[in-house]
Amino acid sequence: MFDFDYQFFIEVLVGGLLSGVMYALVAIGFVLIYKTSGVLNFAQGPLLLFAALTYVSLVERGLPAPASLIVVFAVMAVIGVVIERGILRPLANRPPITLFMATLGLAYVVEGGAQLMWGGQVHALDIGVSDTPFDVYGVFVSKFDLFAAVVAGVMVAALIAFFQYTRIGLSFRAAASDSYAAGAIGLRLPTILATAWIAAGFTAVVAGLLWGARLGVQFSLSLVVLKALPVLVLGGFDSILGAIVGGLIVGATEKLAEVYIGPFFGGGIEIWFAYVVALIFLLVRPAGLFGRVQVERV
Amino acid sequence: MKHLSLPLSWAWPALIVAAAYALAPWLGSDYLFEAILLPFLALSLAAVGLNVLTGYTGQVSLGSAAFLAIGAYAAFNLNLRVPGLPLPVTILIAGALAAVIGVAFGLPSLRLKGFYLAVSTLAAQFFVQWALTKFPWFSNDSNSGVIDAPVLKVAGFAFATPLGRYYFSLTVVVLLTTLAWRLVCVKAGKDFVAVRDHETAARIIGVPVLRAKLVAFAFSSFLIGVAGVLWAFAYLRTVEPDGFNIDRSFQILFIVIVGGLSTIRGAFLGAALIVVLPLLLSRGSAALFGGDIDSGSLDMIQRIALGALIIGFLIAEPDGLAALVKRIAAALLGRARKPVAAR
Repeated sequence: MFDFDYQFFIEVLVGGLLSGVMYALVAIGFVLIYKTSGVLNFAQGPLLLFAALTYVSLVERGLPAPASLIVVFAVMAVIGVVIERGILRPLANRPPITLFMATLGLAYVVEGGAQLMWGGQVHALDIGVSDTPFDVYGVFVSKFDLFAAVVAGVMVAALIAFFQYTRIGLSFRAAASDSYAAGAIGLRLPTILATAWIAAGFTAVVAGLLWGARLGVQFSLSLVVLKALPVLVLGGFDSILGAIVGGLIVGATEKLAEVYIGPFFGGGIEIWFAYVVALIFLLVRPAGLFGRVQVERV
Repeated sequence: MKHLSLPLSWAWPALIVAAAYALAPWLGSDYLFEAILLPFLALSLAAVGLNVLTGYTGQVSLGSAAFLAIGAYAAFNLNLRVPGLPLPVTILIAGALAAVIGVAFGLPSLRLKGFYLAVSTLAAQFFVQWALTKFPWFSNDSNSGVIDAPVLKVAGFAFATPLGRYYFSLTVVVLLTTLAWRLVCVKAGKDFVAVRDHETAARIIGVPVLRAKLVAFAFSSFLIGVAGVLWAFAYLRTVEPDGFNIDRSFQILFIVIVGGLSTIRGAFLGAALIVVLPLLLSRGSAALFGGDIDSGSLDMIQRIALGALIIGFLIAEPDGLAALVKRIAAALLGRARKPVAAR
């Protein structure tokens, strides 16, 4: 440890930042739902699993990749509408924590449904980008990670454009800032909510395919949600920027901790380290980095 | 209302407990005790514990299984390393240890609310599971943290048979549930509810919010810790850290939701349903499809059924089985009064 290996440090850091992008991809799906519905959607992980599993199964059954992708997007859109109709609407105006528990139930249903439909075995997913490292100024970077980062960047740009420059995006923001007022001026909240769930479903497809290509498409994919939660806490539940910054922080500290602190504990600290970082952070800023501070009125 | 309902509120539980003691020897098979009643009792106690925290105090915890594990492993180590320690003392210390750790993980609740808190309780879940797997000391150097429970023995009397373990669990659960019930009836319990209903308002009218939250975390973790001892010592007899995973935490939360938040009896009704449901489903599907259905699919069907059940209850009966039973009882007794006020 006396002669500190800077190149190795930077390599770990870059690797961490890039895996943080992967976390951010998952976290963005949560943010979309939280902004509009005010609920932490625990089913985002299972939805991601469902999307990836459906895609892989379709491809394995001989459907061409682009067609499969379209089918998956369509299926996710249908699921989004069904969730809005079947769960959110009956639970309208109930406390957020009730909605959260409903998404826990939904997580079980989606998880069970995905595997009942397509089977529980592990599928390999090849999206045409290999995980080979290549050299950037003496630092080895995974090609796959870079690809994921680019995809994430494109997705975020698309989402921002959607929110800033389209009419439905504007009504989105109205509903997010005050859903009662948005309803009062005649915005159709059910449509907005359904759109939010569809958008979250689409991000689930993107995140699901990337994560699936990395880990293999299997049950544990839905546990990615547990990786995204500290990211959300760090960044704030209602900020896309927060999701990205949070993802980068969690990814970097997690990898660095695993390499530099982990050996003292016998390794494996990745599982909880992010949570501890998030917790310490929350003690200073209880609404995360970019989260809106809730004002409680009596 | 209070003076009328008090004797009745004692009568029914007392009757049921009496029946649980008196009828057990005639209930027959060991299977009933091993597969249904023992897990039911342990999970009921855990659900009572979580209900104190989530139902009464409004602090959602997703880390209950961690405290089950703490109770189980603490009792195991106390039993192993402190020779001659009486079992009731072991259980109390194990519960107390869970309470102390519960307070430590409850500290963020002083700053955090709602989802932020729920997520932070996951830290307990992952940290405890990791620590128990990683440090072999906790499981006395056994393979991947598996521990074997000793025979339950109080003052020379061994509770070795399933019936004996049932009586042991029942006694512990009855004692602690009574304690929990009294706690939510006295000032401390009212403080919990005030914190849940409106924290800022509670603080303004002089409720010691911070203390109430920490007491809730401590007492809840204590109950769950003791439930963990029952789970490991009376029910499974052999446990590993993996058995206390996040699914177990959700299971306990589901029991509380299905049974009804902030009712003690809800915890028992919910636990009964959650324990029996998978058995019913596997029996039912065996009857329907013969042996055609493989265990993997059955597992998934159970997951779907459980999830659908949760959603269904939240939509149709948010006050859970407790409210449902109350309504049915009222209808049967022919004195359909006003519907139960929501919480």
